[in-house]
Amino acid sequence: MNYKMMGHFLAQILSIEGIFMLPALGISLYCGEMAAFRGFLDTLLLIVGIVLVLFLLCRGAPSAFRAREGLVCVGISWIVLSLVGCLPFYISREIPSYIDCFFEMVSGFTTTGASIVPDVEALSKAILYWRSFSHWLGGMGVLVFLLAFTGEKGQGFTMHLLRAESPGPNVGKLVPKMRKTAAILYLIYVVLTILDIVFLMAGDMPLFEAVCTAFGTAGTGGFGIKNDSMGGYSPYLQNVTTVFMILFGVNFSCYYLLLIRQWKSVILDEELRAYLGIILGSIVLITLNLRGYYGTIGETLRHAAFQVGSIITTTGFSTTDYDLWPSFSRTILLCLMVIGACAGSTGGGLKVARVLLLFKGLHRNVRQMLQPRKVELVRNNGQTVSQKVLDNTNTYLVAYVIILFVVFTIISLDGFSVGTNFSAVLCTFNNIGPGLEAVGPTCNFSQYSSLSKLVLSWAMLAGRLEIFPILVLFSRSTWKQR
Amino acid sequence: MNIIIAGDGKVGSMLTRQLSSEGHDITVIDSDARVLESSVERYDVISVQGNCASMSVLQQAGVRDANLLIAATSEDEINLLCCTTAHALNPKLHTIARIRNPEYTDQIYRMREIFGLSMVINPENQAATEIDRLLKYPGFLRRDTFAKGRTEIVELRVDSGSKLCNVKLMDLRGIIKCQVLVCAVIRGGSTVAPKGDFVLREGDRVFVTALSQNLTTLLKSLGILSRRARSVTLCGGGRISYYLAKRLKRSGISSRIIEKDYVRCQELCELLPDTDIICGDISEQALLESEDLAQTDAIVTLTGLDELNMIVSLYGTAQGVPQVITKLGHTGNRSVIDSLSLGSVISPRELVCSNIVRYVRAMEHQTGAAISVHTIADGQAEAMEFLVDEHTRNCGKPLKEIKLKPNVLLVSIAHGAVTEIANGDSSYVRGDVVVVVTNGREVIRQFNDIFA
Repeated sequence: MNYKMMGHFLAQILSIEGIFMLPALGISLYCGEMAAFRGFLDTLLLIVGIVLVLFLLCRGAPSAFRAREGLVCVGISWIVLSLVGCLPFYISREIPSYIDCFFEMVSGFTTTGASIVPDVEALSKAILYWRSFSHWLGGMGVLVFLLAFTGEKGQGFTMHLLRAESPGPNVGKLVPKMRKTAAILYLIYVVLTILDIVFLMAGDMPLFEAVCTAFGTAGTGGFGIKNDSMGGYSPYLQNVTTVFMILFGVNFSCYYLLLIRQWKSVILDEELRAYLGIILGSIVLITLNLRGYYGTIGETLRHAAFQVGSIITTTGFSTTDYDLWPSFSRTILLCLMVIGACAGSTGGGLKVARVLLLFKGLHRNVRQMLQPRKVELVRNNGQTVSQKVLDNTNTYLVAYVIILFVVFTIISLDGFSVGTNFSAVLCTFNNIGPGLEAVGPTCNFSQYSSLSKLVLSWAMLAGRLEIFPILVLFSRSTWKQR
Repeated sequence: MNIIIAGDGKVGSMLTRQLSSEGHDITVIDSDARVLESSVERYDVISVQGNCASMSVLQQAGVRDANLLIAATSEDEINLLCCTTAHALNPKLHTIARIRNPEYTDQIYRMREIFGLSMVINPENQAATEIDRLLKYPGFLRRDTFAKGRTEIVELRVDSGSKLCNVKLMDLRGIIKCQVLVCAVIRGGSTVAPKGDFVLREGDRVFVTALSQNLTTLLKSLGILSRRARSVTLCGGGRISYYLAKRLKRSGISSRIIEKDYVRCQELCELLPDTDIICGDISEQALLESEDLAQTDAIVTLTGLDELNMIVSLYGTAQGVPQVITKLGHTGNRSVIDSLSLGSVISPRELVCSNIVRYVRAMEHQTGAAISVHTIADGQAEAMEFLVDEHTRNCGKPLKEIKLKPNVLLVSIAHGAVTEIANGDSSYVRGDVVVVVTNGREVIRQFNDIFA
């Protein structure tokens, strides 16, 4: 294990976090929020200290860096990011318990949006900004950012980092150079975010709220800055957010293909089609199921579309308390939580690409039983999917289900109803945010015990990093010296 | 003409035989001295030993004075290099290259431009085209198309119980409800140019000229139009199977390929998303039964082993499969092959040779030379297509007043958009396209040669 190299990475990642904390520091100063200013200033000083020590300790690191280091590095980075990133909440005393702060920060970086803050509007502006910004940074990934801008003279190993941090069964580069790939992804991300801000401000949303909402939308996070999430905003703003949530749930390589004018491969992309099909079907079913709940069909449609977009992209904003909806609609939302957004987007969940592969593999295997001699391959977009990718997808599903039930069992100790617990696990593990019943859109996670909060934080990290980078931290062979 | 044939393999030697017998000066290039020796012994040709893509070898073979180069070595890339090199040495040279790799098939036209090739031949693809044409009209053993696809000469077998059995040719009109002309009959291995009082017997293979639009009527009136094949089984997963499955997919026929090698199965599976690929050994009786081979509409046997192809085809015929097509690499002994019920027999090598011979004849294109020549009736007869021009004799005369050489038959005339099957009252004028069938013993170099 190349500890020096990992220390080196860690130092760089912490410096990035520190740099991104500066705007929050500025906001606290501008708004005269002294407690928050103390919080950010102390944290920044601590970061500078840690970074200096790490740089000194890890000089002249050997450059051997393999898949193992890549996975471990990503896992540890995210944990350290959250441990340090939550310090402003704690130091400013706005969230008194450190475990609560940690939960809130993990929820931010993993773009979950599950909160333990009962009264969001009471938080200071700088803290609100930092909370929302963590979504934006976590959405595309911190290591991807590092690769894009520090120009780490990447040999092959940078691929391990990208693979470990980017969601999806089959991560690949867009262009030959890793740095350029990462830069293209961030460019698309930034442009879409700015577009979202512009559209929101066109609907008379104040700049600060527009920026925070856009960060929450772009990272498919879902921290609201109002107690009723998006419920108090005008229908226009809600619709804009619906559209942008769905846009951020699309595989970013689709946007790259649009940029290089490969319209056809975007239109024919199976995952995109399935994703849009699922969204459309769910909206229609929920709208039909909700007849009579709202005044007009238009309003029903708006709420249904917003909620479907919010859940499938694993954002977790809400315009209405969907916990009051009939159980058919709520069940559809639960299914959408598991499916999640497209691979290579900022969303979480199993990913539409994986669900497609699982279904195709199932279909193939059933036919194989009927005609054992027939040779059949699984295809995606006309390309053959290798058996290795299929095996990985199956393994992923197994790991997913096991973790789901282990976490579900542990948090059941707290004595909430099965429905509450199950939806709590689903919506943290899939990085959504609010679930059903006692963790529904109008409630929050504050009533869970510290143990449950830690376990749920772990589930959020596992969900965001697609399980394996977090799982390998617990494997003995990872730490064994070769 | 001076022709260089590079590569003295199966196709090369067949071409050598055919072209040298037509009076061309042939130089054969090959790297194997023994192969060359046997060619020189059998045919009136000279040989050069060496790599056909090397300039010195090409010069030695007289590339500067050659009119045509045919590159038919086993390597596509060498064929291409040979043609481009030769072209550089002699810009007026016509070049024909054999390209077989399926990965190049889609770019053949571009490659012809880039490498300055006159023609590209792909035996497997041509065989697949041919089989595809046969599958469109089950009942014909073979189809040849003339006059831009408007006239066809089709081959039929007179089976026992057929409506054609024991029928005089002059009474044919009563049975077949459209205009046809029988231009050759093979009985017991030899070809006959039939007269009106010729009586058809069981086992005869009949070559019938008909208009393309009448093919369906022809089959219907003979009562042999079974429905068009909808599911086809291809035995063997070689290149022909690949091309054929692709073509069948385009015309909406479902196909499945049975192949022994698992790795090849996976490759095929990747290349052909809509074709069923079955991994199994076709020589096992159990597989033939478990895959319901008897239930399919057509069987095409395309493995590399002639014997296996024949056995599977015989099994198919015995099980009553409506259409059976057999690929054979060696068609030397036609009378033995004819005595077996193998359905249509396809030989990729023969197809390629006749294609090239056709090109060579078109190159000679002096006044009145044939536009195209097809060999029919196992090479014992030829069907040629001529353009009537100002030098053609007997323009405008009814055919019954024209005296033709014995064993020459004028079968169809295309005037502009109208095509007719020739009868005694038909006549041709300048600009028409005329199809003539001869039994091959007559040397017909230009149209005027057919007159007595």
